[in-house]
Amino acid sequence: MPDEAGTIGLRVARYRPDTDSEPGWQEYDVPLRREWTVLDALNHVKNEVDPTLSFRWSCRMGICGSCGMDVDGTPRLTCGTFLADFAPGPIRVEPLSNFPVVRDLVVDIDDFIQKLPRVKPWIIRDEEKSVDEGEYLQSPEELDAYKQFSMCINCMLCYAACPVYGLDPDFVGPAAIALAERYDLDSRDQGARERLDVLIEHEGVWGCTFVGECTRVCPKHVDPAGAIQRYKLKAARESVKALLLPRGAR
Amino acid sequence: MSDGGFTATHDVLVIGGGGAGLRAAIALADADPVLDVAVMSKVYPMRSHTVSAEGGAAGVIAEGDTVEEHIYDTISGSDWLGDQDAIEMFVDEAPRELLRLEHWGCPWSRQPDGHVAVRAFGGMKKMRTWFAADKTGFHMLHALYQTSLKHDDVTRYDEWFVTRLLVDDGRVHGVVAVELMTGRIRAVAAKAVVLATGGCGKVFPFTTNANINTGDGMALAYRAGAPLKDMEFVQYHPTGLPFTGILITEAARAEGGWLLNKDGYRYLQDYDLGTPSPTPVLRSMELGPRDRLSQAFVHEVEKGRTLDSPYGPIVHLDLRHLGAKVIDAKLPFVRELCQKYERIDPVTELVPVRPVVHYMMGGVHTDLDGATPVAGLYAAGETACVSINGANRLGSNSLPECLVFGARAGRAAAEYAATAGPAPAAVAAQAADEERRLEHDLLGRAGTERVSAIRTEMQSTMEESAGIYRTGPSLAKGADTLAELQQRMARVGVADRSRSFNTELVAALELANLLDVAECILRSGLQRQESRGAHQRTDFPARDDETFLTHLLVHREPDGSSRVERLPVTITRWKPGERVYGR
Repeated sequence: MPDEAGTIGLRVARYRPDTDSEPGWQEYDVPLRREWTVLDALNHVKNEVDPTLSFRWSCRMGICGSCGMDVDGTPRLTCGTFLADFAPGPIRVEPLSNFPVVRDLVVDIDDFIQKLPRVKPWIIRDEEKSVDEGEYLQSPEELDAYKQFSMCINCMLCYAACPVYGLDPDFVGPAAIALAERYDLDSRDQGARERLDVLIEHEGVWGCTFVGECTRVCPKHVDPAGAIQRYKLKAARESVKALLLPRGAR
Repeated sequence: MSDGGFTATHDVLVIGGGGAGLRAAIALADADPVLDVAVMSKVYPMRSHTVSAEGGAAGVIAEGDTVEEHIYDTISGSDWLGDQDAIEMFVDEAPRELLRLEHWGCPWSRQPDGHVAVRAFGGMKKMRTWFAADKTGFHMLHALYQTSLKHDDVTRYDEWFVTRLLVDDGRVHGVVAVELMTGRIRAVAAKAVVLATGGCGKVFPFTTNANINTGDGMALAYRAGAPLKDMEFVQYHPTGLPFTGILITEAARAEGGWLLNKDGYRYLQDYDLGTPSPTPVLRSMELGPRDRLSQAFVHEVEKGRTLDSPYGPIVHLDLRHLGAKVIDAKLPFVRELCQKYERIDPVTELVPVRPVVHYMMGGVHTDLDGATPVAGLYAAGETACVSINGANRLGSNSLPECLVFGARAGRAAAEYAATAGPAPAAVAAQAADEERRLEHDLLGRAGTERVSAIRTEMQSTMEESAGIYRTGPSLAKGADTLAELQQRMARVGVADRSRSFNTELVAALELANLLDVAECILRSGLQRQESRGAHQRTDFPARDDETFLTHLLVHREPDGSSRVERLPVTITRWKPGERVYGR
């Protein structure tokens, strides 16, 4: 194999609920190859050293969102994180923070799966147009208005990085709010009001104290922190309106 | 299911949550509000491999384009092995399905006037490929997933791995599956089952496919009595990154990229694909079909005109003349992938590429409604073979195929479920058998063979025996090795005794699926003594319409052996002719 430059240590968090009373660590030495990502190293361990190590992965090209883990203290997609950047090591690999650990590096993301539908991440229309009438026109500029927020791959790195979500599991969280904003900003959508009703609640946008960690760790540059700020402004405007106007007039 | 009963009962169970599976689920929910629908997948739906599709989805919408031309391109692209009734129907329904996705929020790239934009694609005579920059599959999948959330009455079984279809007297009645989180083995009853589990690229060592593409639906159907059709046709995509096999989309060539050999020469001109022109010409040169481009690469290797890389011979994809502006607007993901995985910038540097296993033209034999010969069992997407792709699929036909046939299979399954009765008692006994098999034969056994070792040998066997060019002896030798690997598979042990999220157990089950699918590929390949599309036999270099204008169906016999049956290709209006590109 080319470009081999010795080995590097992986310090991997292990936890098997059937047998372990608490999580522990296991050390593996893996070849330090220029092309190898942390995911390649984990697969090397799984295939050649220890088949019992469990982790999720699929596309290995940063688009399916499966392989998020905590690498040296920062949530990252392991398929896009190269061993060489951590030489001489060792590299600490842990399950994503803020989620219950199912097993080894696998976390339970069911909380997000349950929360996502609450922000109604789909096109809402007062009146739906028939497919026979063709497409909704949308200029390239109108597309650009929401494009960035449509890039979310649901990898959960932002939830793992969010100190608010860590303290308050009821917080809707960065990715879900970014996706709500994605539809609000879509010229085809008319559902902003319905989404605001959800996000204006206590566990909606107000939970966020604007730490900005979500945006910093996002591998797709979605900027959930920006989305949350926009929602706070919208929500603030609404509450001012609510003070000044009777409900029916809003 | 220790009580011998079913964990749950549904009218229709969709296996797989990618493009075809989610489209089927939405079609089912729309078909009849009282229908009890569930989606079961070994991954969360948005992890499905549809997410990796880059270039686009074909559908006739542009002015000056015609349905006739899309049909002809697809038929000639298939080397006349596609069924023409299926292709006509597919081409006719594709634009509506793509429009529906537009209404569901898919961020299609646009023209300045707000209409959906289309781009060129390989083997297509007109610009008709809808795209969302170069993340088309990702955007389609997330639009489908998010839209499916509206239907909160659709039950989801995320991260459940199906191990067996329950079939009695030629009818499907449900599945047995492992709930990965807990390791519990569950039986779920359903009047109809739709398979939408994607392809099987992991049969080969070097593939664009994700880790999850292990031919699960194909193997499940095959064992349940549904034949696999046209399995010898494996598509190599001409441009994969050398180490990872990551796909560099055909859109890179559609936007004007060139393929260069080691002398900087656009070598495709030597392979009857047209003459070089500075700007892209439809159905010519770099916009030829994938089978012909991948074959040209092999000839360049033989002539010593490729470059050496640590991962085998390569050629170059040159995008430099497109400039940063076009690349960032149309191919941003290509740039990101090259920078990340090759440490090169396509704006200023050449991209090293080589052909890579990408797509399975074959699959579970279905009719135009996705129905298989097993009553109540449907299939759609890459898992299925209707067939519209024949011997070679055209780029950007697979995403609309997921939509058109996902929807059709969903509607047909809804109709079937409305009249089907409950599962007979024999099925519960089958489920109990399967539970015992998993418990005792896999989880409880101290085996002498390792999953990863057998998988690696299978993959290298397939590359050697059934690559871009094959021969009778290479296929036969491969089949012998696979038979040995099947025997070794029976001695595989799962070292992991843990119940929760046992990925070693999953890998063993996937490998069993891959081995069955691999056997069918070689079995069909041996039988087809001609060269057509992606199946090139150097011992039979010509297409032979007299003998082989026919599909090959591999059936599994009760003793585990296979039997090949022929099924004539449906020809409606387009008589088999020469495939002409670039002239």
